[in-house]
Amino acid sequence: MRVSDLSVARGGVRVLEGVSFTLPAGNALVLRGPNGIGKTTLMRCVADLQPALAGIVTGAEDRVAYAGHADGLKAMLSVAENLRFWARVFGTDGIEAALTAFDLEALQDRPAGTLSAGQKRRLGLARMLVTGRPVWVLDEPTVSLDVASVALFADAVGAHLARGGSALMATHIDLGLDRAEVLDLTPFKARRAVDEAYL
Amino acid sequence: MSALLTRDLALAVRAGGGFGLGLAFFLIVVVLVPFGVGPEQALLGRIAPGILWLGALLACLLSLDRILALDWEDGSLDLLATAPLPMELLVSTKALAHWITSALPLVVAAPLLGVLLNLPGPGYLWLLVSLAVGTPALSVIGTFGAALTVGLKRGGLLMSLLVLPLYVPTLIFGAEVARRGAAGLEVAQPLTMLAGITFGVIALLPFASAAVLRINLR
Repeated sequence: MRVSDLSVARGGVRVLEGVSFTLPAGNALVLRGPNGIGKTTLMRCVADLQPALAGIVTGAEDRVAYAGHADGLKAMLSVAENLRFWARVFGTDGIEAALTAFDLEALQDRPAGTLSAGQKRRLGLARMLVTGRPVWVLDEPTVSLDVASVALFADAVGAHLARGGSALMATHIDLGLDRAEVLDLTPFKARRAVDEAYL
Repeated sequence: MSALLTRDLALAVRAGGGFGLGLAFFLIVVVLVPFGVGPEQALLGRIAPGILWLGALLACLLSLDRILALDWEDGSLDLLATAPLPMELLVSTKALAHWITSALPLVVAAPLLGVLLNLPGPGYLWLLVSLAVGTPALSVIGTFGAALTVGLKRGGLLMSLLVLPLYVPTLIFGAEVARRGAAGLEVAQPLTMLAGITFGVIALLPFASAAVLRINLR
């Protein structure tokens, strides 16, 4: 996946401009930068949830699995039902591997609404495995995870990279991945803060 | 598509799913009308088709803000937007799920409630037919309204104001089919118009709903 000369805006305000990077298969790229720099906006743009002001993203069409701040869980459905729904939407089968990877087997019949915040997040991350998509776009994936769960997550990302997948993530925790690069977004901060279209 | 439909149906019938809310509202309106207008049977029989159509329409309106707002709040709408499912199909599936869980029970219940309003004999069949043909349009137009207001906190009022004018043609022709049927008159003309509106919105509005939803997700 390649991003070239990308500019993105949030709420009509240009936040980042001239962002370029390449994310080859088997690699991870960690985005860093202070709050409000535009990490989420950039990732929503890569996931095609919002259009870019300028620049292009190539190699992302129908290959991205996105995980944002919200996990997209239905409180009244059980853990297994939630995962099975996403597996059917993405046309994959088998949720067992995802349940095992995030240590959710014991919880699979519990309604998702009764899980703790960390357990919900683990379920939200297990969804990435059932999508079968090669490019993972993860926005603050380790929020509310404990040390053991972060290790599970790092293992899952490592296995995904080893299978030839790639991952773009915003996180402040060092996951200890072998093939991870860090991109600091501070130099790309937009100088002209306001987009002309809104003036 | 079938995955989304079965999930929405399962969610509707589980606790907190809101299944039956519209039906209960419809029941309350129809039961209260005779107390409001008096027990004169001829008068009740004359206004029954209109009251039943109006009650069904308002009951439908009551459940519209659940169509997309719940999925938006918990983040699943973002995730569905990145899934291999065209947005047009997504909104059509949502409209279908709304029709099955909210409008279909009203269609089935309407002839039973017609008894309470002294609906004339031949009216039952045409009431059922007009609601079955007309309510899909209410669900599809309602999904369009829900897509327009998704992301607004408490956007229910705005959505009602946007959707009500679009409901008027369906109400006029739907109630006219039921009224003429109850009076034993020819119903072909208003029924054709009603079916035309329904097929028209089913064919066109999903594209509009998908377009506004894409903009609202930004």
